[in-house]
Amino acid sequence: GPSLPALPCCGCRSLSPGAVPGWHLLEGCGGTRCGELLLSPLPTGDVAATFQFRTRWDADLQRGAVSHYRLFPKALGRLVAALGVRELHLALTQGFWRTRYWGQPPLQAPAGAELWVWFQPTVTDVDKAWKELSNILSGIFCASLNFIDSTNTVIPTASFKPLGLTNGTDHHLLRYAVLPREVVCTENLTPWKKLLPCGSKAGLAVLLKAERLFHSSYHSQAVHIRPVCRDASCLAVSWELRQTLTVVFDFFSSGQGKKDWSLFKMFSRTLTDTCPLASQSKVYVDISPKNKEKELLEVSPPPTSVHEAVVQGEKKTYAVYDLLSPSLFNTSRSLNVQLKWKRPQDMEMPIPILHAQRYVAGYGLQTGEICTLIYNTHPYRAFPVILLETVPWYLRLYVHTLTIITKGKENKPSYIHYQPAQDRRRPHLLEMLIQLPANSVTKITIQFERALLKWTEYPPDPNHGFYVGSSVLSALVPSVTAMKDMDVEQSPLFTSLFPSSDGSSYFVRLYTEPLLVNLPTPDFSMPYNVICLTCTVVAVCYGSFYNLLTRTFHVEEPSRGGLAKRLANVIRKFRGVPLL
Amino acid sequence: MGFGVKFPLLPLCSPEADTALHRLQDTTLGSLTMYVVPETSSLLPQGTNVYVGKHRSALLRAGGSLAALQARLRQVTQLMSFTASSIAAALSDRVPDGQLGPDARRYLKSSLGYEITFSLLNPDPKSHAVDWDIEGAVNRYVKPVLDKLSLVANFSVDSQILYYAVLGVTPRYDKESSSFLLSAHSLPHVINPVEARLGSSAASLYPVLNFLLYVPERSHSPLYIQDKDGAPVSTNAFHSPRWGGIMVYNVEAPASPQASLPLHVDVDMARVMEVFLAQLRLLFGLSREELPPEILLERPGNEGLADWELDHLLWAHTVENIATVSTTLTSLAQLLDKIGNIVIKDDIASEVYRAVAAVQSAVAKLAQGHLHAAFQASKEAVTSSEKAFFDPSLLHLLYFPDDQKFAIYIPLFLPMAVPILLSLAKIVRETRQHKKEPTKMD
Repeated sequence: GPSLPALPCCGCRSLSPGAVPGWHLLEGCGGTRCGELLLSPLPTGDVAATFQFRTRWDADLQRGAVSHYRLFPKALGRLVAALGVRELHLALTQGFWRTRYWGQPPLQAPAGAELWVWFQPTVTDVDKAWKELSNILSGIFCASLNFIDSTNTVIPTASFKPLGLTNGTDHHLLRYAVLPREVVCTENLTPWKKLLPCGSKAGLAVLLKAERLFHSSYHSQAVHIRPVCRDASCLAVSWELRQTLTVVFDFFSSGQGKKDWSLFKMFSRTLTDTCPLASQSKVYVDISPKNKEKELLEVSPPPTSVHEAVVQGEKKTYAVYDLLSPSLFNTSRSLNVQLKWKRPQDMEMPIPILHAQRYVAGYGLQTGEICTLIYNTHPYRAFPVILLETVPWYLRLYVHTLTIITKGKENKPSYIHYQPAQDRRRPHLLEMLIQLPANSVTKITIQFERALLKWTEYPPDPNHGFYVGSSVLSALVPSVTAMKDMDVEQSPLFTSLFPSSDGSSYFVRLYTEPLLVNLPTPDFSMPYNVICLTCTVVAVCYGSFYNLLTRTFHVEEPSRGGLAKRLANVIRKFRGVPLL
Repeated sequence: MGFGVKFPLLPLCSPEADTALHRLQDTTLGSLTMYVVPETSSLLPQGTNVYVGKHRSALLRAGGSLAALQARLRQVTQLMSFTASSIAAALSDRVPDGQLGPDARRYLKSSLGYEITFSLLNPDPKSHAVDWDIEGAVNRYVKPVLDKLSLVANFSVDSQILYYAVLGVTPRYDKESSSFLLSAHSLPHVINPVEARLGSSAASLYPVLNFLLYVPERSHSPLYIQDKDGAPVSTNAFHSPRWGGIMVYNVEAPASPQASLPLHVDVDMARVMEVFLAQLRLLFGLSREELPPEILLERPGNEGLADWELDHLLWAHTVENIATVSTTLTSLAQLLDKIGNIVIKDDIASEVYRAVAAVQSAVAKLAQGHLHAAFQASKEAVTSSEKAFFDPSLLHLLYFPDDQKFAIYIPLFLPMAVPILLSLAKIVRETRQHKKEPTKMD
């Protein structure tokens, strides 16, 4: 097979005790149970709130007939143990993270449902385990994950590497599927909240009020399970469950043009206590000055500490509220973090280094073209990006039309993995490693033909169109600001899910927009119309035959009254009046 | 059954005799050995006429007439194998209401496996940091019982700790005893809110037995369960038929009110497991009914149940399995009768044949008294019949019901009916006219 490119990806390293900087991050949480909330004002005036709850279980899930669960939820633990799951990542998302305007997301997920799982090498029938797993998860999270089948499952070769401890990356143990049509709602949130040891009764989770969370521009909830090192020496394995929830509130339009916000305005709740089981519970507020001027915003109450870090290539300043510090709740009984802008200002929008855009071009219902635009806005550094494209079988891709153009010239990808679709069996899978020159736009186009489906294969409301899942971009983006060996113990959440390999670059995974493609749709009432028409014709024929057979015919005297009289007689006959 | 074995050795007491005799016995499932000892034997304590051992044997004191001995023998045999009522309880789902006692529906349905979940509910983690050594307790108390029961079904055991899980009922405060009370009539409402937190067994299809240990909140401690008469229940526990049991575990208030919270609590597992194992026996229908004082039952010891009790369970489960298979096959036959054009695949047909053959062999083995073989055959029959019944290709919604087919052809039938109806009307009119005409002539 083709040799894999030297992947600039995190996590794909073997178990080497202590040698890997990323693994130290796992100790950042210290205890077995951590909760964090990151509030970051976005350039457009929206506010993103990212919750992360981490549970670590110092036990080997794979062994032992008798299983005893404490903080780790039993439902997920049994699933991992029974089906030989090494790593599980499930995200349910409503809305689309607008990278261009909102900046790099801490944890992005594609619209709809996304599930990717690494299985243990001991699993013999991976497809069967995958099917069973998606069915069980569908039950646990009340989502339509049971619609995951061979027509939307792919085996990416390069894009998704294990994020936890691993001894190898045989990608045949990986399964990836996206359901872009999935609608996320309260019924998915409730089981997610139920997995938290304190439920939504105490700690940060009290803020998770469904009616507020779904009244937002973007909502994404995820579950990540992976094996991690138990301690710095990494001689034993622990299991980590990470539950994240990102929500973006639009305050600019709902708050009369003001960008001020508070916890109460966002969640209609305030924080009153911590979950007694949590070993760490913190609220971070991103108060990084956007330009060189002095700070324009003010947070109240005064934070417990202020922390500076370089996150995703940007220098960030966080106001930190440690909910476990006794002084915090001493002055007032509840914590309502507020942010005020000192004077109205036009924030210039920083453009993220890597962002992308995708759309369907072409007209008519026969052919079309998928265009993907990838932007590298770094002033002087080029970097490679892995693009993963999954297209359903009913869009028949013409691979020979694949063109990649950067700055007017053809850009030859250094690695291509293409698996053609099989009708009703599996989707197209296209993976490419593309070099993005500095300050450039790369346009990738590929033409397709729309297939005709069987009439039972159309979903309800077929004129709405068919979704094509987001394509995935994975890259190690060079950092503009040099990253120091930062004090990771203090940095918020996500930094530890994608540990950076060195100080000069950071890992980014981006999802493009899902596509909505119209397929030629038949008139579904046609069979019934045909039945009606045929039946009418048959009935008319039958009627005439019937009349011919049952009527008696008399020889009538040639009429004398002419046409007028005959007509009059016909009418009279109908009326039952004696004939003329 | 063997009779008339005399015990020539030193005067022993009955448990020792039971152990000693065990080696001589037929140990196959379902067999019973009865030893009739002379009336004057000191083997049985004074006032006891029957002694039922841990294994499959009993000692009977001869006495009175032969008829009296026979009656006693029959009574002991039924006690150790099955009675009409235990079989009726096993078939409780198929017996109309009113013919059964209130306890009959308590027993778990026969299944190929069971999942046992122990849950510790801590609704107030701020005040109580509760710790339980469930792993040790399961190995020490539960495993011996389940090892013995492994003949009946597969068992899996797990445990979890749930925080902020509250009961559905607010207990009543009793001033006299300065404690909180849960009355018997409110107990049915207790389980529902807890049930939602327990987590379903997504990974298996076996029924779940839940055993909950509830440590009440500090503000509701101590909490006692009252029975129907208002007296406190000594075990402070109750069980729900076919679901499991709940035990309330009160935490002693700290000596000084200023004691720092949370209070560390180590659960006394021996006390808890005693209750849960008793409930487990109840759920399996192994309750020891009130017996006349002349019958003495040996305690089952560490294994939780005696050999003959296992047989008792197997008899009942075999009969229940056979009944289940016949119901499943009957409903399958009814379904096939209802849908004439249903497609039955060969593998389903062979499953049905296998189920019928297995159930026939189970009945035959049961008649011969080969309990183990009968039970195995009945299990096999259940598996085959369920597999056939739940095959996705037999979903009756896959087939067009006839009324819908008729609806599709309405556009044909309706216009065709018009000339027929018209001519019918004409015929009626003409016959009427014919009848009228003679009267006009008059």
